[in-house]
Amino acid sequence: MGSDVMTASEPQTDPVKLVIVGHVDHGKSTLVGRLLHETGALSAEKLERLKAISAKRGQALEWAFLLDSFQAERDQGVTIDVSRIRFDTAVRPYVVIDAPGHVEFLKNMVTGAADAEAALLMVDASEGLKEQTRRHAYLLRLLGVEQVAVVVTKMDLVGYDQQRFSEIARDVRAYLQELGADPQVIIPISAREGENIAAKSDKMAWHDGPTVLEALDTFTPRCPLAFMPLRLPVQDVYKFDERRIIAGTIAAGQLRQGDTLLFSPSGKTARVESIETWSAPEKLEAKVGEAIGVTLDRQIFVERGELASHIEEAPVLTNVFRGRIFWLDDQPLKVGDTVKLRINSMDAEARVQAIERVIDTESLAGGGADAVNRNEVAEIVLRTRSMLALDEARANPETGRFVISRNFRIVGGGVISMEGYPDQREAITVRSTNITASESEIDRSARWRRNGHRGGVYWLTGLSGSGKSTIARETERQLFLKGFNVYVLDGDNVRTGLNANLGFSPEDRAENIRRVGEVASLFADSGTIVLASFISPYQSDRDRARQAAGDSFHEVYIKADLSVCETRDPKGLYKKARAGEIPAFTGISAPYEAPEAPECIVDTDADTPDESAAQLVAYIEKVCQLTD
Amino acid sequence: MNELDELEAASIFILREAYNRFDDLAMLWSLGKDSNVMVWLAKKAFYGHVPFPVVHVDTGKKFKEMYDFRDRYTDEWNLRLITGDCPPVEDMDPTLPPAARSAARKTAGLKSLLEEYGYTGVIAGIRRDEEAVRAKERVFSPRGEAAEWDFRNQPPEFWNQFNTEFPPGTHVRIHPILGWTELDIWRYVRREGIPLVDLYFAKDGMRYRSLGDQDITSPVPSNADTLDAIIHELETTNTSERAGRAMDHEAEDSFERLRRDGYM
Repeated sequence: MGSDVMTASEPQTDPVKLVIVGHVDHGKSTLVGRLLHETGALSAEKLERLKAISAKRGQALEWAFLLDSFQAERDQGVTIDVSRIRFDTAVRPYVVIDAPGHVEFLKNMVTGAADAEAALLMVDASEGLKEQTRRHAYLLRLLGVEQVAVVVTKMDLVGYDQQRFSEIARDVRAYLQELGADPQVIIPISAREGENIAAKSDKMAWHDGPTVLEALDTFTPRCPLAFMPLRLPVQDVYKFDERRIIAGTIAAGQLRQGDTLLFSPSGKTARVESIETWSAPEKLEAKVGEAIGVTLDRQIFVERGELASHIEEAPVLTNVFRGRIFWLDDQPLKVGDTVKLRINSMDAEARVQAIERVIDTESLAGGGADAVNRNEVAEIVLRTRSMLALDEARANPETGRFVISRNFRIVGGGVISMEGYPDQREAITVRSTNITASESEIDRSARWRRNGHRGGVYWLTGLSGSGKSTIARETERQLFLKGFNVYVLDGDNVRTGLNANLGFSPEDRAENIRRVGEVASLFADSGTIVLASFISPYQSDRDRARQAAGDSFHEVYIKADLSVCETRDPKGLYKKARAGEIPAFTGISAPYEAPEAPECIVDTDADTPDESAAQLVAYIEKVCQLTD
Repeated sequence: MNELDELEAASIFILREAYNRFDDLAMLWSLGKDSNVMVWLAKKAFYGHVPFPVVHVDTGKKFKEMYDFRDRYTDEWNLRLITGDCPPVEDMDPTLPPAARSAARKTAGLKSLLEEYGYTGVIAGIRRDEEAVRAKERVFSPRGEAAEWDFRNQPPEFWNQFNTEFPPGTHVRIHPILGWTELDIWRYVRREGIPLVDLYFAKDGMRYRSLGDQDITSPVPSNADTLDAIIHELETTNTSERAGRAMDHEAEDSFERLRRDGYM
């Protein structure tokens, strides 16, 4: 019995979210109040309260007060923030979003409109198109609200004049068409008098189009992106129990148990072992809009920020893109600024590479500029250090947009275009299916060009206490600050991980250096300047490292007398070695073979570590320069 | 997906976002229907776990049935419960009307609890359709150093990207069921079989539609003694949910003043 009742009263039709926008004082809140009244959505109690509040201010019934719930809004007669309220027509339910029209509160208008599936754009018959009317129309396009009806209100103030209405309708149509939009309908109304809201107006019998309610019912709910390529942004990874659950809400498409997922930008793949549920039936597939969690068939390291897809329909990989943005911060956005970017679940630091156009929403003209000011719209180019997984907005409006935050607040948003920039996935995907035969299709010089310098292995060899680590760290710091991709490999970071299974026997020492040599070579190949800091006492071991890295290998002899090193003795090792507590200690009880033909000699007997580092920095800067 | 599925998915997304972004996170558990739905949604989001404490700001004036409910489901749902007391009404702003002044104790209790535990994210079960001032809320709503709500200068919030960063000394209120209506809540309770305090169901022609402190909450006339009957009643009613909450009706801006100072 229960299930019958349940089906009967579960809502069958999803509400359409409708935003009301337009210039300040063009009657948005009044229309909303009127719509609620006409559709019977007002409780008796609310109507009483409304009457009392209106009377207190010496006014006849003021519909706008229904939504202008802040005292400041009622006292000033402006809407400050967005409110939402539901009503039903015979066709379906609506959530109506009343957005402020004052330019001061544009961020609130954006907040409301971004969530809407359809819009009513209000124009005051006595004033015509105003600045915010145009700006709002433009932003609706940018925010992806495609269904728009125009309402010319306050027709009572112009004597329900058809001529006046036609003029305004012509202006509106011309502007919207220039934006590439096509207004579904343009309706003359009086919200205060209730003309052309629910019933056709006698006073405007010349209008042969629909009433507002009729126009609303032609709108359709946003079509979910079910038949598009799968996009599942990884929101989090849970390990509350023995399961490792990848959690996220599907932004587009669908997935099934057993599907192979590709995670971008990491490029890792794994199969969906299960779609997890709690207090719900077993699940074998999931669709757009569902907040799901999946387990994978193997342990791969994925984290928040990755975008899962199927392998065949992967998102774009890039570290540069174009954005058409709206800017809401008091502080302008300038070329060269670093901002926080959020795309799907990914956070990244981005640099404003260029501001190509600041668009005048009045004339729709625009040119280059140094800054985007508050409430302006613009086309910019953003560049990040890290690789991003994204879509173009025209391919997927959901995953093709981003927001910008600064000083703890979201201050802008935009839609993505890749016009003029390649998908970098093309360049880094191995096309050959034969893995053993495959080679990266990006050659070393391409990486070097992007970094602006050559990669290379700078092999710092010398006695314990000669100053290798100090010099390596300081050199790394200075090069990093100058914008080089630089990294130190030393006992501290390889002995605990890569070489954790090695001890200090001669065999293990040799293997230690062999592995470091190979890893350093890969780093160099990827474009990094590697500072490998190891005593590496044997010429043969260093020669093998040279062999691995080829022509990008530079032997750097950190030269210091044993006696000097012994007096420095920063870790007290020489003392212990002399006391026989450390066997086979280089320089005391084991040999150190000084380099036969090092590329660079840094003598630390006489110089301070800073001077030595400066010498090495100068050497590296010289040899890692690109020649062409 | 039907409308309830969509609401559920949106709330789960918000809860997951909160859990990912806030290290010091807590959920307010008032023991009412809305906050029980919220706990349930957390269990859905985190697969049977509620990975943050639930906080009951106790005015000491709740119904006995509510305290019993709390003790039972803290165990049954395996919740980490934290309770906080409220200061006496005499300490509250005397310019507030009586019921609002009494309700303000809860804000004060919450503030001292925030100070004690250092929560930077506080999940609260308010809904836009309850009250016009709440209708203007954000999902992630920053609060000032004195927990106050700067409603004139709310940051924008769009495209499922939320303001999850905050300056030191402030916190963020998180509202996962802001977009639900009273009817949605009841339909979801029925669909999921979520337990509730008995006071919501009619006895002797009266039931509570909204549960607050005993002395400032009154029952409304109703014969709805089952979930189906309540849902049917709400589908046809024309009175508002908080009609039984005295503090909403004392002055035009009493609820606005309460909320500005940090009320839920």
